[in-house]
Amino acid sequence: MTPALSLQNVTKSFGQMEIIRGVTLDVPQGERHAVIGPNGAGKSTLFNLISGRFGISSGSIKLEDQEISGLRPYEINRRGLSRSFQVTNIFPRLSVYENIRCAVLWSLGYKYSFWRGVNGLVDARERSEDIMERIGLAARRRDQAGVLTYAEQRALEIGITIAGGARVILLDEPMAGMSRSETEHAVALVRKVTEGKTLLMVEHDMGVVFGIADRISVLVYGKIIASDTPQRIRENAAVKEAYLGQAAH
Amino acid sequence: MSALGKIAPWIILAILLAVAPFLFTSGTSRTMLSIMALSIIFALSYNMLLGQTGLLSFGHAVYYGLGGFVAIHAMNTIIRNKYAIPLPVIPLIGGAAGLFFGIVFGSVSTRRAGTVFSMISLGLGELVASSALILRTFFGGEEGITTNRSRLAPFLGYKFGPQIEVYYLIACWCFICILLMYAITRTPFGRMCNAVRENPERAEFVGYSARMVRFIAFSLSGLFAGIAGGLAALNFEIMNTQSIGAAQSGLVLLMTFVGGAATFIGPIIGAILITFLQITLSDITGAWLLYFGLLFIIVVMYSPGGIVGWLALHEPIYRVGQLGRLVPAYAINAIPLIVMIIGGILLIELAEWALVKAESDGPETSIFRIPMSTNSVLPWIAGVVLFFGGALALRRTWPLVQDAWGAALARLREQPA
Amino acid sequence: MLEIIVFSTLNGVLYGMVLFMLASGLTLIFSMMGVLNFAHASFYMLGAYFGFEIARRIGFWPAFFVAPILAGVVGALVERFGLRRVHKFGHVPELLFTFGLAFVIEEVVQMIWGKLPVDYRVPPSLDFTAFRLFDTTYPAYKMFMLLVAIGMFVALLLVLNKTRVGLIIQASLTHPNTVAMLGHDVPTIFMAVFGAGSALAGLAGVIAGPAFVTQPGMAAALGPILFVVIVVGGLGSLGGAFAASLLIGLVQTFAVAINGSLADIFGASAADWFGDLGTVTVAQIAPIIPYFLLVLVLIIKPTGLFGTRET
Repeated sequence: MTPALSLQNVTKSFGQMEIIRGVTLDVPQGERHAVIGPNGAGKSTLFNLISGRFGISSGSIKLEDQEISGLRPYEINRRGLSRSFQVTNIFPRLSVYENIRCAVLWSLGYKYSFWRGVNGLVDARERSEDIMERIGLAARRRDQAGVLTYAEQRALEIGITIAGGARVILLDEPMAGMSRSETEHAVALVRKVTEGKTLLMVEHDMGVVFGIADRISVLVYGKIIASDTPQRIRENAAVKEAYLGQAAH
Repeated sequence: MSALGKIAPWIILAILLAVAPFLFTSGTSRTMLSIMALSIIFALSYNMLLGQTGLLSFGHAVYYGLGGFVAIHAMNTIIRNKYAIPLPVIPLIGGAAGLFFGIVFGSVSTRRAGTVFSMISLGLGELVASSALILRTFFGGEEGITTNRSRLAPFLGYKFGPQIEVYYLIACWCFICILLMYAITRTPFGRMCNAVRENPERAEFVGYSARMVRFIAFSLSGLFAGIAGGLAALNFEIMNTQSIGAAQSGLVLLMTFVGGAATFIGPIIGAILITFLQITLSDITGAWLLYFGLLFIIVVMYSPGGIVGWLALHEPIYRVGQLGRLVPAYAINAIPLIVMIIGGILLIELAEWALVKAESDGPETSIFRIPMSTNSVLPWIAGVVLFFGGALALRRTWPLVQDAWGAALARLREQPA
Repeated sequence: MLEIIVFSTLNGVLYGMVLFMLASGLTLIFSMMGVLNFAHASFYMLGAYFGFEIARRIGFWPAFFVAPILAGVVGALVERFGLRRVHKFGHVPELLFTFGLAFVIEEVVQMIWGKLPVDYRVPPSLDFTAFRLFDTTYPAYKMFMLLVAIGMFVALLLVLNKTRVGLIIQASLTHPNTVAMLGHDVPTIFMAVFGAGSALAGLAGVIAGPAFVTQPGMAAALGPILFVVIVVGGLGSLGGAFAASLLIGLVQTFAVAINGSLADIFGASAADWFGDLGTVTVAQIAPIIPYFLLVLVLIIKPTGLFGTRET
């Protein structure tokens, strides 16, 4: 079966600085895959490369066998890949409902239509209601996204990411800045909304990672030093030395 | 919202448009109403860019002006060849021209956003305005192009000679355009315009090309600006380089911004107010342009949401019944504010008379219907005292407003969500 | 022919240097504060008018020193009492504030000095011929202008490269947010930068006034060209501003010198084919050539010749 996401020898340099030094990774369909690594390893950069925010310096990135490196973010999104952001990236003055609805419109095929009333689009409304229920923000639907609490905004961030029905979801530190209890909620949310999809997640919280991931890849200085099941990663000597040993939970 | 609630504003709008010329019956009033109506279309088209999509353009008059010039040439061609095209269709021709140029120039302009887009719009505006003096056959040089609207084929028996008939034609187009532009805000495209305004990057990551959204918005706003230009062509029966230049672009920016770019109705209010001021002030004082500039700066500094934006701030307060708390504070502050404004106007009018008119017309003038002389020190002192006195008093009384707002907001937060 | 080339080059470089005097101040203000100062050309105008008033009452040389300082003070005051309030609303209101300011300055200047050009003359001490080439003379005053412009350019280079302030400015050209976080007294720095930029514009106005016409429309005439320079050169790039200023200065000056038109090439039928475009001379379209350049650059390299910053 073709992997959902396939990176072959991807490199990225910013000027003289080589941030990603040859990453090869295959993520099978339906797998929940976590990327961990010390600060500065290049995890967010990797996400930015996959989602099209930056271009790669060399190598190839394939989404279900289609080459996506070099495409604009919206082209990649239309092919079924969606990502969230570590620093919340929502539409601040639009309501929660509007935020979600904007994320479903393209996937429902409405494109740039300026001749149909958006409030009459039943499928858009139903899909948006469904997403808001799932992320637990239905009660806040009319509130401006900018006035939500931090945890609510993180939930909205995830909601916008999954609303379009993408098959491959990239979550960039979804639990960043959350308290213990908020994190527990968020973990349950992530598990629920990524059922049947392929998930690639960057996280620092080891508890979260071991709880969600089917497989873990460890990124150190722009290279993957190990890629295996959580159990084997925990026992891997090189990983312990590079990462877990410094920040054991 | 019930069905009646949705239709009611439109019925009210239609009634207002229909009844206005009977409330204000003088010839100048009817001309002013006509200009207001077409300015509303122009300002709303501008807000498709500014308020809806976050694009600040300094060259929007290009589409208005080009629409008008194409329309006026069309009118003359129709007259010359006696085609059976009636006058009400002319704005459509202006609109088509506005759309065409919106697409052509938009393909270049919308490559960049933000500040650079604004600079590009300025450059393009200058390019077209300067070309107008070179391409004399199309733009008519300094005199412009004239026409006679009543020489077109009659429409339902009307030749549209009298201003009242032209007013109703413009008012119909105004109603249609307001309706269309409002409808567009409620489409998937309209929603994505707002999304691109809020966070263009995120819009890209949910599948939309920010550039394409901006391009379509630009083209559509050109369409409606062109319609306004066509209406101007048939209203004034003349088009010249004024309509296409930086001053006209600045004017529509002023209207939209002072009215309030953040709401749909803001530009409508702005267009009405600024048109009114422009026509009445220019008769009263020679410094009216200066007043416009100062008004603009004051709005930017103290209420960037414009008039409607400022009013909208009070909506949540009104909902929890706390408006009564604010009214006395506003009333008390209004006094020093008015004193300050009177002092300022006095000084500006005195200066304007002394510098510009006194040489030819002598130092005697009358301000606020009070005769005074620019040579005597008294009016100057009065102006200074009023202005600075008012300002100082305002500084004292302003905390009242702040306190009232604080209390009202506290009460707002106490309300259950 | 050689005569035309030599003098057009001199004039083109001169015009370009004046543009650069303005563009550099604008770039500095923009880089450090994020504000694109629409009223920058207005301070140029104020410099010219202040220079005119001081020159006719006291003398040109006092004007040369005092007028730019006056313009700088006005700029600092505007920042302190006006622009400062608007910072918190974002970049669009800042731009709109400076737009309104430009408008108000033009109206006030018109009110005080009238709509017609004022007689701001070249000072007698500089009113002689610098040299004669073939049949044309070149005025010493223009050489003086060139000297001042070059002097300003050299001083700018020195400040940027050799002083601590210059280091901060260089950093803010490409990384304004980081510089803001370095803990400097930002409001005072903003006021100083805005004032300094305005003073530079005022200096350009003081010396350009006698050579180019001093009238209320001069800011509105030069303003858009200034912004074309900035966009073509690349936002935030001083080198780009320099290159674009010279490019536009030279191209426009040479265009004015060329009197040919399409009719000269294609014959009288050009009017039939191209209408007005057939008979218009290159000299007539010279004022709008910068805008064509703008469109061209936008299509080919949207970030400008040397630009790296998006906003």
